[in-house]
Amino acid sequence: MRVNIDEEACVGAGQCVLAAAEVFDQRDEDGVVVLLQEEPPAELGEAVREAAVLCPAMAIHVQD
Amino acid sequence: MTETANAPAKAAFPDTRPAGCPFDPAAEYQELRETAPVSQVSCPVGVDAWLVTRYEDVRSVLADPRLSSRAASPSNHVNTEADLDAPAAPGSILHHDGPEHSRLRRLLTPEFTVKRIQAMRPYIADLVDQHIDKMLEGTEADLYHDFGLPIPSLVICELLGVPYADREMFQAASGVLLKVDITQEQRLAASGQVQGYMAQLVMAKMANPTDEDLLGRLIQRATAGGTPLTIEELVTLGISLLIAGHETTANMIALSAAALLQHPDRLAELRADASIAPAAVEEMLRYLSVVQFGVFRRVVEDLPIGEQVFKEGEFVIAALSSGNRQESVFGNPDEIDFGRNASAHLTFGYGAHQCLGQQLARVELQEVFARLYTRIPTLRLAIPFENIEFKHDALVYGVRSLPVTWDAQA
Ligand code: SF4
Repeated sequence: MRVNIDEEACVGAGQCVLAAAEVFDQRDEDGVVVLLQEEPPAELGEAVREAAVLCPAMAIHVQD
Repeated sequence: MTETANAPAKAAFPDTRPAGCPFDPAAEYQELRETAPVSQVSCPVGVDAWLVTRYEDVRSVLADPRLSSRAASPSNHVNTEADLDAPAAPGSILHHDGPEHSRLRRLLTPEFTVKRIQAMRPYIADLVDQHIDKMLEGTEADLYHDFGLPIPSLVICELLGVPYADREMFQAASGVLLKVDITQEQRLAASGQVQGYMAQLVMAKMANPTDEDLLGRLIQRATAGGTPLTIEELVTLGISLLIAGHETTANMIALSAAALLQHPDRLAELRADASIAPAAVEEMLRYLSVVQFGVFRRVVEDLPIGEQVFKEGEFVIAALSSGNRQESVFGNPDEIDFGRNASAHLTFGYGAHQCLGQQLARVELQEVFARLYTRIPTLRLAIPFENIEFKHDALVYGVRSLPVTWDAQA
């Protein structure tokens, strides 16, 4: 699985961090999403997909 | 006036919760979702709007940049005195779109990151405990005024750097500003009062910005970024945060208590295992949908939704409470079920304007859910359920007061 994020679109809602803290964080300076793992392991797949669904800015894209 | 000359009257915007259950959204929504998920309604403000009731459509509408927040304040459809053509005030984050909205939002997001809010958790937990301790000195309280309201008020005042001693004025003013049926005069009087106060505070902070509070950091951050905020922008931002921080969580605390006390089985689950508090909070946010009238937008560029095309200049209402009760997304949607995953609820909105303070609201509610019911296991209503007064006329739904009692603790 490969994750892409769109920093421009991100509105700093933090839903991604709640769903998958191993994969997403937020920058201290502006709250924008930080991708911690571009290719998260399969066991995090469900959490990452949930983050993508919850993100209000549709800023998270997941490819299998 | 002949019958044939009349176009069929549009249905009125459904703004009344059903008589049977004060926790359910307006009864019309269920049928609309099934038979006319995109329909036209006439709004109290005097215009017609498209009413979008299905979960997926609510999300699409709220995420679409072809719909503007600028003139159409989130709830201007239910405010009969609203001026839909009024320009957006500088700094009014709810009313700006595109780059101007992003600029304001980005200045605030660092204050509300998951990490930042988690760091406030011990302080919040402590506040909740202190208020419970105070309640336990007696055997009755008003769960709205003595508990629900002071906790988020203290938190937002502390975060913003607003002296808590001045709270009575804000609490009164935000109560007025969030009512549906106020006159323009009442609105101006209440907002004038808060504005005058906030202007003084902002000027003092501008003269001496500190790292200690949000307003001070906001001033410094904007200046460092090369586009300092004006006094007018800071006043508007400060007021928006103060009001949003006061009323929303306060209503959720008291309203969810009213609902849980009517559902003793759910309450028992929560008492048995406080670690389910986060899931319980999401479920109650979904079930209660306190932003009860949905979100109002204006079309700036034609867009298709379902079978319809929304035309430039038309209005659209995204019915959050309806989407939150959609069977295909949340099975058995009219039941409270802590076992479900409710986190995709629409209560905080969706799209670029999704609630900025949602992580703060979550932590406040989680600490309340995990503590209140375990520390006061005999908590119960002190009046018959039928006598509870609900805020049917407020943009944020809740109870006017919630008298409760409990057995004296040894
Ligand atoms: S959920 Fe989306 S908008 Fe929110 S911080 Fe994560 S990427 Fe950004």
